[in-house]
Amino acid sequence: MELFADFFRELYENTGWNFIFLYEQYEFDRILEGMWVSTKLIVASLIFSLVVGFIGAWAQGANSKIIRYGVAGYIQLFRNTPPFVQILFFYFVLGNWVPTYDAGGYQEGYIDSFGWAVISLGFFAGAFNTEIFRSGIEAVPESTREAAEALGYTRLKSYIYIIFPLAFRVCLPALNNNLVNLLKTTTLAYGIAVPEMMYTANQIWSDNVNVVEMMIVLFVFYVGLVAVLVYGMHKWEKSMKIPGYG
Amino acid sequence: MDTGKGMLSNALSSVHGAPPTDMPVLLPMAAQVRRGALIERREGTYRLDVQRHHIVWVAVLFVLAGVAAQAATPEGLIGPWEAIWKWAPFILWGPEGELKGFSLNLIISFFAMLFGTVAGAALGLMQVSLLLPVRQGSWFVTQFFRNSPWLVLLFTIMLLFPFEINLNPIGIDLIIPVPDWMKAVIGFSLPVMANISEVVRGAVISLPSGQWESAESLAFTRRQTMWMIILPQCVKRMIPPWINWYCILAMATPIASIMGVEESVTFTNQALNAEGDRPELIPIFYAFLLAIHFIYTYPIARWSIRLEKQFAVKI
Repeated sequence: MELFADFFRELYENTGWNFIFLYEQYEFDRILEGMWVSTKLIVASLIFSLVVGFIGAWAQGANSKIIRYGVAGYIQLFRNTPPFVQILFFYFVLGNWVPTYDAGGYQEGYIDSFGWAVISLGFFAGAFNTEIFRSGIEAVPESTREAAEALGYTRLKSYIYIIFPLAFRVCLPALNNNLVNLLKTTTLAYGIAVPEMMYTANQIWSDNVNVVEMMIVLFVFYVGLVAVLVYGMHKWEKSMKIPGYG
Repeated sequence: MDTGKGMLSNALSSVHGAPPTDMPVLLPMAAQVRRGALIERREGTYRLDVQRHHIVWVAVLFVLAGVAAQAATPEGLIGPWEAIWKWAPFILWGPEGELKGFSLNLIISFFAMLFGTVAGAALGLMQVSLLLPVRQGSWFVTQFFRNSPWLVLLFTIMLLFPFEINLNPIGIDLIIPVPDWMKAVIGFSLPVMANISEVVRGAVISLPSGQWESAESLAFTRRQTMWMIILPQCVKRMIPPWINWYCILAMATPIASIMGVEESVTFTNQALNAEGDRPELIPIFYAFLLAIHFIYTYPIARWSIRLEKQFAVKI
């Protein structure tokens, strides 16, 4: 480990390439923290968007007209406005109305910037997920639904046990696209100062003037994450593919 | 992100969809969902779905925000409508004599699309080259820029690109200044380039192989086949996603405000500051921002949807 650190220290002294986090504990911890926050942000908004999509798709088939129109309006709104503006709106406008508590001398909202990033990104991707799940649900034939009803399933139960599992397999490729898109969109959380990878990298290059090196790290991190996600989802897609369908 | 040539062309070959059936099977709809997902994957983005009634909603939002601000305005301060009227020219065009604010958004989107399209078309054609290194190299470049977040690309260009290009070392007495907005143009044109490249490649490989074979039987060379037979047919398929990409790009230009480019979001914030950061004015100013972006993007997005319908019948 020492050798490794020494190599990069010497690299800096000899060539000027300053990968400082590889030989200084403080910067190493900082970048690790950034990666951790980024990963948390991605996983949290991913899960939240899936939950939103699951509930939204169910609500779209509700009997009440008001609920159906509400969901349709929500999808239209989040699909057609830029995610960056959505994040700013959630953080600056809705953030003003959240009750605050005393955080040692200053007022802090109960939902911090990380929370708002998860909520706004979750709703952004959730709008797409709702539509994706709905298209999958529409692919389930009416007679399957009727069969479930004949077996005594309630609407909710048949949704959970019969329709959704089928629909999910149908819409997995579309879902895959959307989740990759969400992963790339999470960088916008930088705009409201969530201490994620981008933000941390910015801090490090401000302190050490090693912009190029940190940019390389950023690219490796994000392209790597996308590659891992795409690879994993692709594998899953293949194994979940309904034989003979499309 | 790719599923390979076979699957794509398979997915795109039956544009009319599977034949309708009365049988209670998943097949037709499920195949359609899958096809949609694969097309979306090829184009690298979702299609904007603007509808006529959105005009009403944007107008309602604007008026509501204004009325709410009017009610919350303290005595003696200017109301929201006067404030918007006062600052609208600033947000739209920036200070007198300079093209900034919203017009800079348009300039950035226009040039980024121009550069992105030219570079992307070249890259896309390289992706269907017969030479393996060219094909692999362009594939790598495409995938790299497609899969990196826009903000990271924008940061890279904004911070690493020189603020001026000195041509003295090569014997020309000229220093080209590169202002912030021009760097933003380059930053935005990179992801556009990669995605257009994929659109071009997808369009070329989506054509039935019979086109290539019949051209060959008529003794066309590869270059002639490409320029006279394949590409003219591709243009039709590429135009709707291309316009859609322009809309996405125009919608994305506000993120340049993070880097301090003086475009509409930056100027909206400055205008709000100048009015003393009154909280009741924030929603109306952002609603105004939303409205001008919407007014610009709406007709273009509608046009793309119409073209799509027009072209879909004839493929």
